[in-house]
Amino acid sequence: MATMLEQPEVLPPGLASDPMLPAPYRIRRVSQETDDTFTLELLPEDSRERFSFTPGQFNMLYVFGVGEVPISISSDPDDVPLLKHTTRVVGTVTKAMRQLKRGETMGIRGPFGTHWPVEEAAGRDVVIVAGGIGLAPLRPALYRLMAEREKYRKIVLLYGTRTPEDMLYRHELEQWRGKFDLQIEVTVDRAASTWRGNVGVVTTMIPRAPFDPSNTFAMVCGPEVMMRFTVMELLKRGVPAERTYLSAERNMKCGIGFCGHCQYGSTFVCKDGPVFAFPRIASIIGKSEI
Amino acid sequence: MIHTLEPILREHPFFQGMPDSYIQLIAGCSTNVRFEAGHIIFHEGDPADHFYLVREGLVSVQLVVPHDGLTTVMTVSNGEVLGWSWLFPPYRWHFDARVQKPTHALAFDGKCLRDKFDQDHSLGYEIYKRFMKIVSERLESTRLQLLDMYGNHA
Repeated sequence: MATMLEQPEVLPPGLASDPMLPAPYRIRRVSQETDDTFTLELLPEDSRERFSFTPGQFNMLYVFGVGEVPISISSDPDDVPLLKHTTRVVGTVTKAMRQLKRGETMGIRGPFGTHWPVEEAAGRDVVIVAGGIGLAPLRPALYRLMAEREKYRKIVLLYGTRTPEDMLYRHELEQWRGKFDLQIEVTVDRAASTWRGNVGVVTTMIPRAPFDPSNTFAMVCGPEVMMRFTVMELLKRGVPAERTYLSAERNMKCGIGFCGHCQYGSTFVCKDGPVFAFPRIASIIGKSEI
Repeated sequence: MIHTLEPILREHPFFQGMPDSYIQLIAGCSTNVRFEAGHIIFHEGDPADHFYLVREGLVSVQLVVPHDGLTTVMTVSNGEVLGWSWLFPPYRWHFDARVQKPTHALAFDGKCLRDKFDQDHSLGYEIYKRFMKIVSERLESTRLQLLDMYGNHA
């Protein structure tokens, strides 16, 4: 009988070593993104450390002596071993994480979970709908799409945040917008009169966004309510359900489907997700008891 | 030669699928307008005697909130509708509409349209149905905004 500490016979994709053993990573930089959100840039202490990931996967980040949290990878998959993780200060571990300084060490296990359908979307339009910090898990997909831009038709990013000040990666968004081969629309829920952009929930941009719904892959990440209404709008527009993907977030602990903390209906978010095709979770998304 | 606005009306999503006979009736109440950035299309409390179909541009719907000042509650852009206060008494605007980017729009005379609706209830029903859909969508959006989805609890 296997115990949690034994190495599984088949490692999850991307894992090169024991998935329960954190590898030490050194903090290269800490950047404040917004009032309550920050990004850690990390490099392995062991230069021989092999690491690769696919867009959408997450790592377990371990603050020694405090605890471990699952956080999506938000860096460029072609830029490993450098890892970037953007997170919000919401609990004990992320609060301690925010106090860490350049040069300090933390543990990383991963990568875990499923990925965005970046390869599958080749030859089609891609619409990415992000809400708030939900842009972070989608950023690796954007890097990959932009790196292989010629493989795709239209690429549209619809991004909604609470206020203009809550926008992530502002500088990068401006750079991408300047390339003219990525349509970026940003909207905020509320703004002072000095804001010259869109105001309204992100779902309102879907009806007029420039993509061919019958030939589109959609990738959605944000608060669950936002994702439910976004999926409704995408389906209404004509995007097939099986080509609509979203990233679920649950209380992941082990990362490999052993502990059951992240059970979501009949699936484990850490192992079967976090990225799901909508039909896989259509019957359970939005149910309060799950 | 007199050019009518009917072809332009037919292109706007608001009139998608509307019978030509109705378009002809409505076109008589419409004008083509252009607003520069910074222009105030209407002020809160002023008579609501028009509505606008934005062809291209961006307009903010704003109001003054104590302590916060002038606040934008929504924006209206390409293919969208600005204003429904012309449909219901007392026909007064409840918000300000400020142009953020140069805007091309179709302006419709509310009184002219209401008179036509009184004469042709089917036409009125068709327009009210289309506005109800917009009102319903905006109510849903407002509810999502009120949820403050991106807050710490999200």
